[in-house]
Amino acid sequence: MTTHIEKDPHSGTETTGHVWDGLRELNTPLPKWWLYTWLACIVWAFGLMLLYPSLPYFTGYWHGLLGYSTRTEVMQDVAKIAGQRALVMDKVAAASFEQIRATPALLAEAQTAGRTSFANNCQPCHGAGGGGRPGYPALAAGAWLWGGRLEDIQQTLQHGIRSGAEGARDSQMPRFGVDGVLKPEEIVQVASFVMTLYGTPRREASAETVAAGAALFADNCAACHGEKGQGNREFGAPALASRTHLYGDSFEIVQGQITNPHMGVMPAWGGKLDPATIKSLAIYVHDLGGGE
Amino acid sequence: MSRIDRPDQLAQGEEGFLQYFADRKRVYPKRVYGRVRSVKWAVLVICLTVYYALPWLRWDRGEGRPDQAILLDIADRHFFFFNMEFWPQDIYYLTGLLILAAVGLFLVTSLFGRLWCGFACPQTVWTDLFMFVERQIEGDRNERMRRDAAPMSFDTAWRKALKHGLWLAIAFWTGGAWIMYYIDAPTAVHEFWTGSADPAVYAFVGLFTATTYLLAGWAREQVCTFMCPWPRFQAAMVDEQSLIVTYQAWRGEKRGHLKAQRNAAPGETYGDCIDCAGCVTACPTGIDIRDGSQLECIGCGLCIDACDMALAKVGRPTGLIAWDNLERQAAKARGETLGFHLFRPRTLIYASAMSLAFTVMVIAMSNRSDLSLSVQPDRAPLFVRLPDGTIRDGYTLKIANRNQTDAVFELHLEGLPGGELALAEAHADRATMLRLPVGPDQVASFRVLATAPSHGASTSVNFVLHDTKGGDTTTEASVFLGPAQ
Repeated sequence: MTTHIEKDPHSGTETTGHVWDGLRELNTPLPKWWLYTWLACIVWAFGLMLLYPSLPYFTGYWHGLLGYSTRTEVMQDVAKIAGQRALVMDKVAAASFEQIRATPALLAEAQTAGRTSFANNCQPCHGAGGGGRPGYPALAAGAWLWGGRLEDIQQTLQHGIRSGAEGARDSQMPRFGVDGVLKPEEIVQVASFVMTLYGTPRREASAETVAAGAALFADNCAACHGEKGQGNREFGAPALASRTHLYGDSFEIVQGQITNPHMGVMPAWGGKLDPATIKSLAIYVHDLGGGE
Repeated sequence: MSRIDRPDQLAQGEEGFLQYFADRKRVYPKRVYGRVRSVKWAVLVICLTVYYALPWLRWDRGEGRPDQAILLDIADRHFFFFNMEFWPQDIYYLTGLLILAAVGLFLVTSLFGRLWCGFACPQTVWTDLFMFVERQIEGDRNERMRRDAAPMSFDTAWRKALKHGLWLAIAFWTGGAWIMYYIDAPTAVHEFWTGSADPAVYAFVGLFTATTYLLAGWAREQVCTFMCPWPRFQAAMVDEQSLIVTYQAWRGEKRGHLKAQRNAAPGETYGDCIDCAGCVTACPTGIDIRDGSQLECIGCGLCIDACDMALAKVGRPTGLIAWDNLERQAAKARGETLGFHLFRPRTLIYASAMSLAFTVMVIAMSNRSDLSLSVQPDRAPLFVRLPDGTIRDGYTLKIANRNQTDAVFELHLEGLPGGELALAEAHADRATMLRLPVGPDQVASFRVLATAPSHGASTSVNFVLHDTKGGDTTTEASVFLGPAQ
């Protein structure tokens, strides 16, 4: 479209004819090579559109002449990594714990595999870093119910606790209250005694109550929990003379555990995780700070 | 006449098309001789020598270590600079260096104008080199213009072919030298020519060859005028007291050819400018400096040499175009003289910012240790209560041993009464001091457990690391968390 050329009186430069609030836009042309570069970029973009997935249809999309797909690329990467991982994990599976410990490279791989697997499978209950929570043992604290050697941890992982799986660790704490083995006041006495075992005696409990509780403890509890409340790993009986508590250390909780005990379940991971992963997990859990 | 003015453009009020895109005006800079040109050649030789030769400089660092004085080893994440060695953790020195360089550029620009653009910028240096080659083969301005205007002849064809061949050779050498800053130079050359180098090496050499050839051979002043952001904002650093290339209009005007000046009518007075267009033909960006300070002017000062050559020939005092500032020019035009003001708020602020950055850098560099420790407390669990009632916190320690020998470090914990340390994998072996071995030139990671009686929610502690061989000690502050009491 032709136009009346208008020159800016001050600079002598022609204007585009556009005026805003009395300001006139000067026409300072861009170099032509800039225009050609820009046009070339557009042509280039059409080339990319042809080669790569670009245009959506109603029923799909243009896949591009190269057949490129980020999904395929990711799946290839995943397969590649799985292949690399299999090489290492096969070695972990074949080696004994001692051999893994003695080989820093293998240990590092096992620890990494253990850490990721822990985060995916164990962390929801046992907490990040094995910090534990009521009902779920603090793995980092070393308060083991069934043993804290690498082999013990491996077995627990493999078969679980009260999981119903074959080879699972199993034990029952009698329901002293619900089944009427002990009377409610006896349970109060036993609970009062148990609290003295970990050094926070119940304030309301008289010396007589505690003494009566001690006698009841010796008759009913010591067989599993030990005479001094040191626990027994054969039955998974928690150490009571400990500052680490599975369910809590208040009077109400101890009383409740005697009356109608919670008994936690740990799933058997044998069917879900491969042996190398379980081994890696055992090493990771062991090295959280509680391993024996 | 500015470069983007078009002689074909329409006059006021005419009917026609507005042109939003302009043809490039070919620039054929004429050869000049003089002080500025000599300085520019000297700077060019120094810059290019440094650039091409530096990767070949050797520096003995002992067995199994790179012996290249300056090497940016990306693969191993080490930067070697003579006797210094930087790790990625030292990236903030680069920040300091960039701040220093930027403020230094601001200071120089506010004092002396676009010295960087005119003399030291790679675009200027390589363009100068390429123009030199062009002149040697195709001749000076007039001859080249003639050639380009005439139909292609055999003589022009072989000269152009030779020119582009030489340009490509220089560009290739430039791209190749760039790679040598990242890969050991002799190895890089050997691998390159035996075809055993990494494909990335060929790709990068190709890329830098292409950019050098295009930017210095073809794009030239277009880079400075249309691509580079620096000319656009350097105006913010320049003021009336900054030294710029200046045409002394008060002395030069009224300009006129020598013949016109000789045949001047009575009462008609001319200035010193003989309007020979020497300054215009010499300009590598194709502008007329007599129009005053312009965006396109890179401050190279070649017009000064051109003008001096012409004025000396006709026996007039030289210096009609000179480095001067606007303030002094205005004063001279009034017949006054004025000194230079180097100390101005602007320059003082830049100078103090520069010295501050420099001081911080020097202090940081001199306190640089071959040993570094970082402590990261576990975030989950924050702490663990052990069966005996004590509290245990976990930490991940990273120890960097920059020495080339095996090191054994002693780790103590300060500020935690009854505190003991143990490695996570051997947590039963508690002690007040841990001995941690770290291999040469390595960063080792340790998970350390600290155990202590409960001290409340948070206790400030210090991890103290002592190098048993080197004697260095470093301290890192952290916290020991526990249950609130």
